[in-house]
Amino acid sequence: MDTLLLKASGWLAIVFLAFIAMVLAADAGFAVHMAIIALAAGITLWVTINKADYAAIGRGILKAPADPGTYDDDPIRWGVIATIFWGIAGLTVGLIIALQLAFPVLNLNNEFTTFGRLRPLHTSAVIFAFGGNALIATSYYVVQRTCRARLAFPGLARFVFWGYQLFIVLAATGYLMGVTQSKEYAEPEWYVDLWLTIVWLCYAAVFIGTIVRRSEPHIYVANWFYLSFILTIAMLHVVNGLSMPVSLLGSKSYAAFAGVQDALTQWWYGHNAVGFFLTAGFLAMMYYFVPKQAERPVYSYRLSIIHFWSLIFLYIWAGPHHLHYTALPDWAQTLGMVFSVVLWMPSWGGMINGLMTLNGAWDKIRTDPIIRMMVLALAFYGMSTFEGPMMSIKAVNSLSHYTDWTIGHVHSGALGWNGMITFACLYYLVPRLWGKQRLYSLRMVNWHFWLATLGIVLYAASMWVAGIMQGLMWREYGDDGYLVYAFSEVVSAMLPMYLIRATGGLLYLAGAIVLVYNVWMTIAGKQRDEKPMTETPHNEELDKPIVGKPAIAPAE
Amino acid sequence: MAGFAEKHKKLERNVTLLGLAAFVTVAIGGIVEIAPLFWIDNTIEEVEGMRPYTPLELAGRNIYIREGCYSCHSQMIRPFRDEVERYGHYSLAAESMYDHPFQWGSKRTGPDLARVGGRYSDEWHVQHLIDPRSVVPESIMPPYAFLAEKDLNAGDMVKHLTAQKRVGVPYTEEAIAAANEDLMAQADPEAVTTDLVERYPKAQVRDFDGDPDRLTEMDALVAYLQMIGTLVDFEAGEAQEEPR
Repeated sequence: MDTLLLKASGWLAIVFLAFIAMVLAADAGFAVHMAIIALAAGITLWVTINKADYAAIGRGILKAPADPGTYDDDPIRWGVIATIFWGIAGLTVGLIIALQLAFPVLNLNNEFTTFGRLRPLHTSAVIFAFGGNALIATSYYVVQRTCRARLAFPGLARFVFWGYQLFIVLAATGYLMGVTQSKEYAEPEWYVDLWLTIVWLCYAAVFIGTIVRRSEPHIYVANWFYLSFILTIAMLHVVNGLSMPVSLLGSKSYAAFAGVQDALTQWWYGHNAVGFFLTAGFLAMMYYFVPKQAERPVYSYRLSIIHFWSLIFLYIWAGPHHLHYTALPDWAQTLGMVFSVVLWMPSWGGMINGLMTLNGAWDKIRTDPIIRMMVLALAFYGMSTFEGPMMSIKAVNSLSHYTDWTIGHVHSGALGWNGMITFACLYYLVPRLWGKQRLYSLRMVNWHFWLATLGIVLYAASMWVAGIMQGLMWREYGDDGYLVYAFSEVVSAMLPMYLIRATGGLLYLAGAIVLVYNVWMTIAGKQRDEKPMTETPHNEELDKPIVGKPAIAPAE
Repeated sequence: MAGFAEKHKKLERNVTLLGLAAFVTVAIGGIVEIAPLFWIDNTIEEVEGMRPYTPLELAGRNIYIREGCYSCHSQMIRPFRDEVERYGHYSLAAESMYDHPFQWGSKRTGPDLARVGGRYSDEWHVQHLIDPRSVVPESIMPPYAFLAEKDLNAGDMVKHLTAQKRVGVPYTEEAIAAANEDLMAQADPEAVTTDLVERYPKAQVRDFDGDPDRLTEMDALVAYLQMIGTLVDFEAGEAQEEPR
């Protein structure tokens, strides 16, 4: 009971502190955020008090497992739902801003709905809310199964989940109010950054603690990738987030570094948010879920060792390729380019290790739509990790940089690789986590697959054309020795491409909505009455000899 | 080959070793690439003309950041013939030495703004921000009419300049003390601004938004836009170049 009192008064103190900070806030954005924090602490307080009767309280902060005979799957179930929710939100905002570029009237002449404020909302929602929740949920799932141990700190694991959702809400509402550091993919302001640091360290404690408690002597390869993702993101986030608040009661801060140093720090962060958040973490998902779904072991143990160490060593060097031909010193640009090109090899090493895991089970691409999604994800991973090194070559980059080609490249990776592998993992997880025999419908997975694939093809193809056209038009000289096109002419040439891109985005979103329905019905315990996808045709009627007439009719 | 897999088993059985080895592996690249930038000459050299932002310019820059202008506009001209002809002299590292954070951008949905200062009139900027398509029919930029309606509430500029000084921007004590007055004075044609211009050479003093009675967010943003890229005098440098 004492623990309960201590906890409740702690949450109450946070409510009061946040309320005071709200009243004294230097700007509206900070005030709204403090109100959100007060509300979150209030809800936690209420939940704490209402749980008072449960036996769990007696066991303190490090709650002993309710049933040591099962894995601790509650936060994973929440994580699956959060992943789907934020995924739909992020894709919807993406579609809206894609349409804003084609129809600027959709900015609604309102400060909260301009492209400039919605764009970080889209990028953070898909990367950190959708991707982040998928990573946390799958890492909790994988680390327990591959260590044959329950989560180390159950209370902390739940705090990580809810703390991460609070981070998302603070970041997202901040963008709409213009609270931003302007560092791409690291826009949240100083106090939100500090909160994420706390949550992230707790996440590391839960993950590493579970590995320490493992019953298996070896740490499985997926956990190497999760571990490097967690550690590296902590390092990147802390260094790139260094900043000086104007006031401890205001949202605004100034970055610790300036100009060229700030630029390289940012893209060291930015590129490795791709390298570790969107690559290493998702490769960890691949290393567990592809072998499970294919029912085959990972293709090569040695390849996974080489792939892991070379990937994490090389990725961190590639940041300067975002700054080709800028005021960054030439040697740094060249280093970035060389390492980016070399990075092609470990990337494809990972793709090969994933694809070849299907050795002896290739027929599943035809019969199992989840495997088909995984294979498509790996194919897009291979495609975009070839395209990336190519675009990091300085001569190519001089054309592609600042254009929509970059946007296309990012989306073939994000929609093709991250999106498809996540959807495949969700389809794998949902029946298992909710104790259902199978998904509501495998045929709807197939529909999702084709809607998404078509969407990505439209997206990537239109952005290739748009980007290369932009780059060529900007540098086009006429016979008279003058530039041919005004900037505005290049803008209007983009319209058809922006429309095709928005169509691609719409198809991809439609696929995700099919997933929502399918998952919803699965959790509800329904199974769709449908023709199975794996059935070998058999017709009783035809399965008999022909009698009563000669096998071959005589000529007349 | 068998040897290295055997050795790797040590790492695989010890999460401390594995974590440490992974952390060292990922730390190397960043240290080698980023750390030298704080010492080598061509990234820390000073160029004549560069000075910290005036309080009004800084407030305008904060609005530029708040609205996410960097999502679509770069401030980094690359040394190519077409970019130099379209936008002006290529950007120098020193030109963003007081930019906390930098605003180089990564995408040109709209044109580069590294040298937009002085290129258009104040009236053009105000009209363009209120309704972009009234001056550039092809434009897809969002309208920012609300900036002209909102009084500039930049907060306490003394605190802003103090925070800037803490991260290394060389504001003098008197510049910090006068920050709030300087903010008001720069957009007020009636004000005495000799001190302001002495503190911030080339500072442009006038009403920017066409409404001299009010200090709006539009004033601050246009004041910032009109000074971007104007501090370094590239024509003065030309005479010193070696004749070929």
